[in-house]
Amino acid sequence: MRRYRRPLGARLLTALAHAILFLGAIIMVLPMLWMLVTSFKPAPEIAVWPPIWLPQHPTLANYSGVFETAPFGRFFVNSAGMSLVATLSVALTSLLAGAVFAKYRFPLRTLLFGLIIATAIVPFESYMIPLYIQLNTIGWINTYQGIVLPTLFMSFGIFLMRQHVSSAIPTDYVEAARIDGASEWWILWRIIAPLSASAFSAIGIFAFIQAWAAFIWPLLIANDQSLFNMEVGLTAFQFKFSTDYGKLMAGSVISTLPMLIVFLLLRRRIIESVALTGIKG
Amino acid sequence: MAGESATEARASPFATRWSRLRRNRQVLIFCYVALAPVLALFFYVRVIPIINSVILSFYRWDLIRPVKPFIGLRNYIDLLSDANFILALENTLIYSIATVVVSTLLALPLAVFLARKGWVAAVYQTIYFLPVITPLVPMAVAWRWIYDYTYGVLNYFLSFFGIPAVPWLTDPDVALWAIIIMSIWKGLGYNLILFLVGIRNIPESYLEAASLDGASPWQRFWHVTLPLLKPILLYVLVTATINSFNVFTQVYVMTLGSQASPGQALRVLVFDIWQNGFQFRKMGYGSAEAMALTFLVLGFTMIQFRLVRSQEE
Repeated sequence: MRRYRRPLGARLLTALAHAILFLGAIIMVLPMLWMLVTSFKPAPEIAVWPPIWLPQHPTLANYSGVFETAPFGRFFVNSAGMSLVATLSVALTSLLAGAVFAKYRFPLRTLLFGLIIATAIVPFESYMIPLYIQLNTIGWINTYQGIVLPTLFMSFGIFLMRQHVSSAIPTDYVEAARIDGASEWWILWRIIAPLSASAFSAIGIFAFIQAWAAFIWPLLIANDQSLFNMEVGLTAFQFKFSTDYGKLMAGSVISTLPMLIVFLLLRRRIIESVALTGIKG
Repeated sequence: MAGESATEARASPFATRWSRLRRNRQVLIFCYVALAPVLALFFYVRVIPIINSVILSFYRWDLIRPVKPFIGLRNYIDLLSDANFILALENTLIYSIATVVVSTLLALPLAVFLARKGWVAAVYQTIYFLPVITPLVPMAVAWRWIYDYTYGVLNYFLSFFGIPAVPWLTDPDVALWAIIIMSIWKGLGYNLILFLVGIRNIPESYLEAASLDGASPWQRFWHVTLPLLKPILLYVLVTATINSFNVFTQVYVMTLGSQASPGQALRVLVFDIWQNGFQFRKMGYGSAEAMALTFLVLGFTMIQFRLVRSQEE
């Protein structure tokens, strides 16, 4: 029996595709590897021409140096804390609004939901000035609550939760519970919430990544170094030590690592939830 | 128990109607109570600032000056003759079009190559997604090092081809392209994943039918895959465009001088808004500029909707 052979053209195309994919993959990881490698080099091996690829005398001095010159520990705790608060709040607000918009009819329902979705297209950067003035009048500039405030809810989270509740949770369940005398709150916490694990994880992952990477708003309203998140802290550090690339790369590695670990652990979930946002957005 | 209440209902229609009314009122109250915190947040953080942004743009509103007069369209008229604004607008448009177009053109074929499932595709997917998941600031810092004029690896690499050292970040004209390249690198994986999902959702039978009819791989892509990808394509274009108009972080981290001096900074819209609003404290003027950004985003989104829709007909 002779095996069917694909025509030469198609095989060449496949080979070419693999070559391109491979080359692209190298370009994707190279900047990160370069960052990692540089962070282990002593200063004389960094500012040299031609560049030295691997550290000849690997050192951790850059890492200890970073913590000595800037409170990176504090930045880290700030980032983690504020991202966590944002994630919990987004999960809660998405559940409340998503469930109500999915399962109930009430006046203004369409208008309110439409407003929440439509305004998501307006860039945050275009209304950050009035928001700053608002927070200035209530004295929330340079406070934790002021920094996290804009990250506490997400249009997209509400949208995703509404989609999930209206398609995955049968109205019969809700009706049955109601006939049994359950209150609406009981239905929300005991029926809708437990059946929404997949939506919660997608929303949570998204909210956490976004909150962790928040930059322009914390940059505007955090004046004290003790309130900086990783992103703003690293930027400030860069402007102070703009030529000390060893320490800069060490700082960058430190602020990248948590996201990288989370990603490698939850790789499938994260990619799926991003894909989900794409399909349903 | 459901049966019980049904018999009750038959027994006394009046009682059920009354209890249903009461129940309806309870449900309505529940809806508004549950929505109240979300709506309060939504209005305070988004709706009110958006409205205020429009209002502010008609005022000379400086944070430190007590008198804040209404000046009509003055801010907008001033913008038109503001060289910084015009430059920022140009740079932002070039940046947006270049990143969106190149990133889409790269992501689409890569997604087609990766369409078949399996561990190889999964590994590639992970690798291409790495830059997406990593925070932008450290990556911008790393790229600043790569783009370094004297010791950067990129100039070293180019020297093999006899290309003299390029001042990647210090010359604003070049910096624009340096930022574009970095941003494409950062966002490619996101578009790739979206296309991949779209392609995998296309029923195998469609493509098989096309091959049985003698369609070449190119024809299958052009006449089967691409038309079915329209919704995803639209989504990718819209989100990528919106995100690209907001470019700021890379510019701030990579092109500002030491001590954050904006001397050689690459001027993009959000950078200009930031500078006018928060460095110069001209918040009315900054808001007029922010309106320009909003209209740009809305305009481009609408054009893209139109384009993709009109092709469907």
